[in-house]
Amino acid sequence: MNKFKLGYDGQRRLIIVLFSALPVFLLLLFSYYPLLKMVQYSFTNWNGISPTSENVGWDNYIRIFTTPEYFSVFKVSLYYFFATFVQLGIALYFATVLTFKVKFANLWKGILFFPYLLNGVAIGFIFLYFYKGGGTLDTVLSFLGLEDQIRLWLGDRSINNISMAFTSIWRYMGFNFIIFLGAIQSIDSEIYEAAEIDGANRWQQFRYIIMPSIKQIIFLNIILGISGSLSVFEIPYIMTGGSNGTKTFVIQTIDTAFKFSKVGLASAMALVLLVIVIVVTLLQQYLTREKGAK
Amino acid sequence: MKSQAGYEKQAGIKGENGLTNAMIIKNIFGFIVKYGSLLLGAAVAIIPVLVVIIGSFKSKQEFLTTGVLALPKNFTFDNYVTAFVDGQMLTGFKNTILIFIASIIGKLLLGTMIAYVLDRFHFKMKKVILALFLIATLIPGITTQVATFQIINGMGLFNTIWSVIVLNLGTDVIAVYIFLQYLKNIPVSLDEAAILEGASYFTIYRKIILPLLKAPMITILIISGVGIYNDFYNPFLYMPSPDLKVISTALFAFKGPYGTDWPVILAGVIIVILPILIVFLTLQKHIYNGVSGSVK
Repeated sequence: MNKFKLGYDGQRRLIIVLFSALPVFLLLLFSYYPLLKMVQYSFTNWNGISPTSENVGWDNYIRIFTTPEYFSVFKVSLYYFFATFVQLGIALYFATVLTFKVKFANLWKGILFFPYLLNGVAIGFIFLYFYKGGGTLDTVLSFLGLEDQIRLWLGDRSINNISMAFTSIWRYMGFNFIIFLGAIQSIDSEIYEAAEIDGANRWQQFRYIIMPSIKQIIFLNIILGISGSLSVFEIPYIMTGGSNGTKTFVIQTIDTAFKFSKVGLASAMALVLLVIVIVVTLLQQYLTREKGAK
Repeated sequence: MKSQAGYEKQAGIKGENGLTNAMIIKNIFGFIVKYGSLLLGAAVAIIPVLVVIIGSFKSKQEFLTTGVLALPKNFTFDNYVTAFVDGQMLTGFKNTILIFIASIIGKLLLGTMIAYVLDRFHFKMKKVILALFLIATLIPGITTQVATFQIINGMGLFNTIWSVIVLNLGTDVIAVYIFLQYLKNIPVSLDEAAILEGASYFTIYRKIILPLLKAPMITILIISGVGIYNDFYNPFLYMPSPDLKVISTALFAFKGPYGTDWPVILAGVIIVILPILIVFLTLQKHIYNGVSGSVK
């Protein structure tokens, strides 16, 4: 044994401090300190630059909930919220189909999943091209003889959020699909085989074997989808910059902070969103625990 | 196993030879629904990207005069050259790779270090630290940007490549969790045996723990790697300087100058997604595992 070596007790202390100092410091600095700062800013009218700011009490919060311009953007979240369910439905359908014997299973799996890996900016451009006048969608519709359905997909306020929500489904469906597929495949395949021998059809197998086994995973994905739909940012920001009524709450917050230099107000907005997301997440953990107990 | 396969076969034969017409019709119908929906799903996934590939090889003239689905008559790589050279893609790739390497090495080191300490030792602050990591998963990063910006600015990191690297290191809680889960399954008796032979805790970490954490390291390498490669918001906000462009922000900048020059934009899109597609095709299995692993 090396005589310069520390005893195990000293060593133990040294390694605990040495190995945890930096990760914990970074965690505090970038997860908790911003939170603290935001609470502090949210009660001021600070513009992000000037060395001074005034204390404005609860004014920022009151403004968010009393100015329609600020809270009406939550309506946009509803489109993404409904899209979440469509997305989960499609994901569940394909996961189920691919669980049973299918030719080229790996090929289908790869094709359905790959959009999830693509760069958000690239997806933005792909769908700007998809929706543009005379673009992919218009061409496909003409090909199918549906010219009269052609619209300004990103300009028309009655449809642009749906176009955007579809892009979101296209991008994220593969994620849910892989999660569901993994969950379904972990069910013992003997159960299906036994059910099949008993004469259960595919629908019955889905309804009585698959659904109950993956209920929790489905629930988890719904909650992830809800908090996701509240914090949508990239797709509308890249595609329309939030114009024509496609602004989401996060775009609004970021614009308020960095475009209009109202850091105080933006902090209050971010905190409102944060509280909603945390409530939803805790609700999920509470509910899944209840279900797990049964 | 053999007998089960036999059962399946028997059931299959029964279905195909079908004693009743209704069964045959039902089977055909099922076949059409199954493969029809898969084809539709695959078409919806592929067509938007396929038309981008087609468009990227057309000259501006041909692009304006032909439909989006019409294949290019004269393949041209000019758009790729323009996108790559004028679009500062090279700068983008260089910075993205630098951020990627520094962030990944940092993440793997810091993640394994803290996980080792939290799993193998008992100390006063342990519960607090675990709780801090757990609660941090609840805070969506995008909501705290308003204040994070002030911190990065205050540290003098604004408009440096370090801003994004430091943020990548500081906010990866998932990696810590994945390492903790794996460590639980590595028997402590391995550590104890090493201690009997006089190994220090540091040696144990380096010679026993690190090599055994190879599988989760690959998972994190791929999942975080894809995330870092595709990251748009952090570089956009913290590194606005033109020579600090990463591939996402380089591509985003196409929105202005190339406003209507679609072939060049489309070539830029393909340049950006090609590396990810190659990674996906070579590492499919790891990627699937990583994605499902990140939720559990």
